[in-house]
Amino acid sequence: MEDQILLTMRGVSKTFPGVKALDNVSITLRKGEIHALMGENGAGKSTLIKVLTGVHAFEEGEIRLDGFDEPIINHTPIEAQKRGIVTVYQEVNLCPNLSVAENLFIGREPKTKLGYIDWRKMNKLSRELLKRLDIDVDVTQTLENYSLAIQQMVAIARAVDMDCKALILDEPTSSLDENEVSKLFVLMRHLREKGVGIIFVTHFLEQVYAVCDRITVLRNGEFAGEYTVAEMPRFKLVATMLGKDVDDLDSIKPEGCESNCDEIAVEAVGLGHKGTIKPFDFHIRKGEVVGVTGLLGSGRTEMVRCLYGADHAQSGTLKMKGKVLKAKAPIDSIKSGMGYLPDDRKADGLISELSVRENIVLALQARQGVFKTLPLAKQYELADSFIEMLHIKTATRETPVSQLSGGNQQKVILARWLCTHPDFLILDEPTRGIDIGTKTEFQKLILKFASEGMSVVFISSEIEEMLRTCTRMCVMRDGEKVGEIDGEMTQEIVMSAIAGGEEK
Amino acid sequence: MSSQKWGAVVGFLKRVVKMKMFLPFFCLILVLLINLIKSPGFFSIDIKNGVLFGRLIDILNRGSEIAILAVGQTLVIAVSAGTDISVGSVMSLSACFCCMSLAGYGVSSTNTLAIPMILGILGGILMGGICGVFNGTLVSKLKIQPMVATLILFTAARAIGLLLCNNQITYIRYEPYKYLGNFIPGCPIPTSIFVTAGVILVVAILLKKTSLGLYIQSVGINKRAARLLGINSSKIIFLCYVICGLCAGVAGIVASSRIYSADANNIGLTFELDAILAVALGGNSMAGGKFNLAGSIIGAYTIQAITTTLFAMGVSTDQAPVVKAIIVILIVALQAPVFKTWFANRSLKGKSQVKETVGA
Ligand SMILES: Nc1ncnc2c1ncn2[C@@H]1O[C@H](COP(=O)(O)OP(=O)(O)OP(=O)(O)O)[C@@H](O)[C@H]1O
Ligand SMILES: [Mg+2]
Repeated sequence: MEDQILLTMRGVSKTFPGVKALDNVSITLRKGEIHALMGENGAGKSTLIKVLTGVHAFEEGEIRLDGFDEPIINHTPIEAQKRGIVTVYQEVNLCPNLSVAENLFIGREPKTKLGYIDWRKMNKLSRELLKRLDIDVDVTQTLENYSLAIQQMVAIARAVDMDCKALILDEPTSSLDENEVSKLFVLMRHLREKGVGIIFVTHFLEQVYAVCDRITVLRNGEFAGEYTVAEMPRFKLVATMLGKDVDDLDSIKPEGCESNCDEIAVEAVGLGHKGTIKPFDFHIRKGEVVGVTGLLGSGRTEMVRCLYGADHAQSGTLKMKGKVLKAKAPIDSIKSGMGYLPDDRKADGLISELSVRENIVLALQARQGVFKTLPLAKQYELADSFIEMLHIKTATRETPVSQLSGGNQQKVILARWLCTHPDFLILDEPTRGIDIGTKTEFQKLILKFASEGMSVVFISSEIEEMLRTCTRMCVMRDGEKVGEIDGEMTQEIVMSAIAGGEEK
Repeated sequence: MSSQKWGAVVGFLKRVVKMKMFLPFFCLILVLLINLIKSPGFFSIDIKNGVLFGRLIDILNRGSEIAILAVGQTLVIAVSAGTDISVGSVMSLSACFCCMSLAGYGVSSTNTLAIPMILGILGGILMGGICGVFNGTLVSKLKIQPMVATLILFTAARAIGLLLCNNQITYIRYEPYKYLGNFIPGCPIPTSIFVTAGVILVVAILLKKTSLGLYIQSVGINKRAARLLGINSSKIIFLCYVICGLCAGVAGIVASSRIYSADANNIGLTFELDAILAVALGGNSMAGGKFNLAGSIIGAYTIQAITTTLFAMGVSTDQAPVVKAIIVILIVALQAPVFKTWFANRSLKGKSQVKETVGA
């Protein structure tokens, strides 16, 4: 079965107005292999996948699939699916207002003899399917009640349950924790044994070395090479992706300013929101970077939403620089110097049809108020400086943000909050989908802002990233803050604290 | 050589076609062109009795109400992805309130005013604003679907107007009251054109000089995200409905002034449909978000041009809506994404065929 070619794309080119997204790109997928597709943000990975599955038309090149004599062209994702190519796209595109079970079986619902949907069977199958992935949810609940990570898992579960020859996963792990990632890997290895070819997009190098057999690297829309994982050490892979060497990630270390600032920036006592987060205490000093960690669904996001006032706190008090803050809506928090980058960029962050510039300046504009419009010149200046600082790959600053690649959209939202320069910034998975080069620079930027006096709360499913930037961590479990880790922090200490220490 | 030239022309045309104002303009010009062919006298403008006279002037004059309504409707659609279907009825209510307060309750015809005219007019406009407050509260605070929320006033407002006027048509036989819908002595241009220009100007300045336009678009595109980044989404939605109500009020006064009376049953009848259509013809998405005010206004005059044309051609009042519907279907279909991709695919196919022949 080895080396039997399943799918080839040869010399594929795709142009968007003003952008050559793919230029003569090729990829070969063999049966029973996991093939990593790597490249910087905007390199063309998602576009290549969308061209393959018929979301976008392409201008040049050919696609060949095992079992078809002629080159194939998929005109719609459904056509691709019928040919055995199943895809999980980068942005979760399920129906948020349908139940989990409906999302899993939409388009292939089990029917009763009379031709009606067999709900009981569908729910039962759904429960079994999710159980295999160890996901504990009520399948009759609507999907939007669940976190982005769960939604991502549901999308994956739906895909792996369909019979397919080729499975394509575009950054499926971007908001998953280590636990879920390892479950996914078990599944992927199982499919590989059955002879399925898997294309796997990720920005996490360790994941590539954990499951992949082969790597195709794209750079700026061009094919940069195909390698086996064995012949490709980490530093060489990074260099190939960027086209240059980068400084080592580990060279940055949190300096913090624990010693010299004792000024409390934000203090919460008994803050809580019914149904999502039990009352908790929290404080952060000026210039401190504090992490919030915990398993999927442990209440990390809910905790920071409560701090920010996105969910109205029903109990407790919040003090900002010593003054009590009663936020009725996010704008009150923003005016008192807060910022909040939500984890679900599509649902809570992006204003998709507006331009990159408008998306960047919006929060600042909202803080200034409707009557004090930022002068255009100032807006241009801000947009340009952040496009440069965060390497946002966009045709122009007036390009609709929906036309950017996933990672670049994330950078735009980051820029939105950095440009308000808040005293207290909450970052929920800020580096989701961002490539390694930019990630390092972003972490440096956060530490620089902290040293200038900004207090930062940082959530990341990547523990290493938090270890690099945080001086202290809050541990969450089951919607409750169960403790803090201070002083010495290592991967092991944090992991055992998250899992519940002695209990496990 | 000539093919190169041709290519440049095609390229230029393609760029023009892609401009967002292309379709609204194209439709308007198309309608006017048909007129030019059919009745060459269409474009002539004369001066009769000291005022401008001609079909073009007629379109500008008669299109005023639709244009004013379209301004408010554009904002409502942009911010809430829903339509305010009460505007026609609100026009009628505003007119009735204005006439009732000018004539006094129960008076069916008057030569003298009970209160100064300006107060009556402002009262009528305010009445529209109050209707907007009602709609806005239902939509933004109680989260009722726009169509359902405005259905209430769609049915009720006209009836309330009738009640205010004691179930009769109230005539204001006071010369200055006719000015708004007709002519101010000494000025050859219909007054309603100035009123429309005024409304457009006020709203345009509001959108340009403040960040309201940006806020409306943000809320219309992603309400949740807009709230999280500091925009009070429900306040912005509320505001748009109030502006829409005020616009309906102004339109109602103009319509009333034309017939110097408040005819509760007929003022603004089916105008909500024309207003919504104007927004659609202007190339605006009914799904909300980005909007184009100028497009809506051109859309409004296009509708009026169609109506005027049909009358000019002698299509009877009963059949005019049928012809209008057909034209509208054509125009809206032209703008549908399905057609756009079809056109794009066709031109692509054309290209690849050319390539093949070149290769061979
Ligand atoms: N619909 C679109 N319209 C115009 N340009 C687009 C569109 N989609 C993608 N692009 C452009 O194509 C290029 C490649 O984007 P793509 O989404 O394939 O990147 P990617 O490799 O998936 O990046 P990421 O890691 O950030 O997801 C980018 O420059 C992007 O701006
Ligand atoms: Mg991508």
